[in-house]
Amino acid sequence: MSPKLVPIPSKNMIPERDIDKPPVLECINLGITFGGLKAVEDLNLAIGKTEIVGLIGPNGAGKTTVFNLLTKVYQPTSGAILLNGQDTHNMDTIHINRAGIARTFQNIRLFSNLTVEENVKIGMDSQMHYNMFSGLFRLPGYWKEEKATHQKALELLSIFNMADLANARAGSLPYGAQRRLEIVRALATNPCLLLLDEPAAGMNPSETAELMENIRKIRDTFQIAILLIEHDMNLVMNICEGICVLNFGKVIAKGTPEEIQANPAVIEAYLGKKREA
Amino acid sequence: MKNIKWSKTTRKNFLTYGLVILAYVVMQILGGAGLVSSSLKGMLVPICAYVVMAVSLNLTVGVMGELSLGHAGFMSVGAFCGTSTAIILQDSISSAPLRLAISLVVAAIFAAIAGFLIGIPVLRLRGDYLAIVTLAFGEIIKSVFNNLYLGVDSRGLHISLLSDRTNLGEGGKLIIGGPMGIGGIQKISTFTAGFVLIIITLVVVFNLVNSRAGRAIMAIRDNRIAAESVGVNVTKYKMMAFVISASLAGAAGALFAMNYSTFVANKFDFNTSILVLVFVVLGGQGNMLGSIIAAAALTILPEALREYADYRMLVYAIILILVMLATNNPKLKSWMDRLKSSHKKVKEVA
Repeated sequence: MSPKLVPIPSKNMIPERDIDKPPVLECINLGITFGGLKAVEDLNLAIGKTEIVGLIGPNGAGKTTVFNLLTKVYQPTSGAILLNGQDTHNMDTIHINRAGIARTFQNIRLFSNLTVEENVKIGMDSQMHYNMFSGLFRLPGYWKEEKATHQKALELLSIFNMADLANARAGSLPYGAQRRLEIVRALATNPCLLLLDEPAAGMNPSETAELMENIRKIRDTFQIAILLIEHDMNLVMNICEGICVLNFGKVIAKGTPEEIQANPAVIEAYLGKKREA
Repeated sequence: MKNIKWSKTTRKNFLTYGLVILAYVVMQILGGAGLVSSSLKGMLVPICAYVVMAVSLNLTVGVMGELSLGHAGFMSVGAFCGTSTAIILQDSISSAPLRLAISLVVAAIFAAIAGFLIGIPVLRLRGDYLAIVTLAFGEIIKSVFNNLYLGVDSRGLHISLLSDRTNLGEGGKLIIGGPMGIGGIQKISTFTAGFVLIIITLVVVFNLVNSRAGRAIMAIRDNRIAAESVGVNVTKYKMMAFVISASLAGAAGALFAMNYSTFVANKFDFNTSILVLVFVVLGGQGNMLGSIIAAAALTILPEALREYADYRMLVYAIILILVMLATNNPKLKSWMDRLKSSHKKVKEVA
């Protein structure tokens, strides 16, 4: 039973340069219930080809649940997710990644006993083709592909100034570098949409400034869309072109940073209602 | 490119190959000079079999990160299938090394099939649950072979369960006799064959670990959710590690069995699985060289302690406890690290 597709009400959020291209992601009446709890309800969202979108909201609003729905960690109980116009209801986490959504995690999830380079190479695993026997007997296919992957991994790491850390153990990296490595690993899967779950959590102001530069750099270099969850309003207001505000699983506001800052519903969700005089 | 800089793992792998070859050469020279005691000579093939068992279990426990308590089950499958093959081929293939090689390959294939079938339900589980279920499968395999009768005659192979209903014709031969196991085996396992099997095992395991499959398997061990999120096919890679581990154990089982004239299914019980696990834990999870040394040392130790007679196993246990305590001592570890780093500094200065 495929859900009926309705016109997207959020088209006005897509920046002008992307308006003629089809959106990379469309959520249509997306929802999930856990028992009686409606964690996410009627989420409608469209993201342009090269747009940076912020997903904000108070704690427990359902932001990470949206990420888990998009990556099929949870199967939505209602609505549909279209990736490049293609319905994703029969895909699982692995296929979603191969179709083009990559993510990072709120609590860092690196392969901490492997080296930085190996972490990035694992991101490229689904793009590699040599089979087990080429690996076991070191056939030419093994050498050729391993060499190409090695070079590609180093290239990717050098974009983020991490090439000299390639042989370090991922678990031994400082916190900021671990966060950066998670992003590099996600980019290694060659996505068209990158989901960042609180990328600035635990960072100091100068690290956050660097992160903002990096997020812009990712969008400009790879020409991909980015959806990010963040509590640091300075970051969100500075780099996001569109913002979606969630509260109790429902979208309460959508628009440009200026519109969101002036929106009384958003202020109420964050600070509470003004007491009547 | 003359100045190839080998990575740390590559160096360690070559060190492992080197030490195994060295041990083989030394044993051959000592054996040729008549300096090896007959009891040690008799233990060479079992040592080789246990080394292969330890390395293959280390693939499951150390590299894949799942505790398997049924590894002796795969050894058992290999032992019965391999030995049966050798007995069937006894008349048609006269060359013993060739017959042994074919038997080991058949053993590995059957153990791989068993590993695949058992892997389907087992790999859905994780942690303690997986350990318990592998233990159960190990016991099931033991019970099956305790009740399996296999005979051969002019009309072909005959199999029956629970009781001997093979009804062999004239000149037929009962190969597997239920709880009586297999008897009348030609002892065709040799130390050289064991050495070759160890080298093949090391090549398979090292090459697997250093390929995309090995990386993916270790990624799943470190963080399953993250591995899925970057498109790694978790089921496929876990199955790959489990099946390869099982097939190597099967080959080891066949090698082990054909060192004796008779053996029974009860030989490959829970105790054997635990023994191999002890080798792996003592040698260090993920550390193949450690597994090899631990397997060799702990197989020789009970024999070497023969002079303590009744207290033999007590001394064995105490030594085991002391070694475990010593290798996990934080002070000792930091001291070793300091030693390593100062050694490195000296090298850099020089």
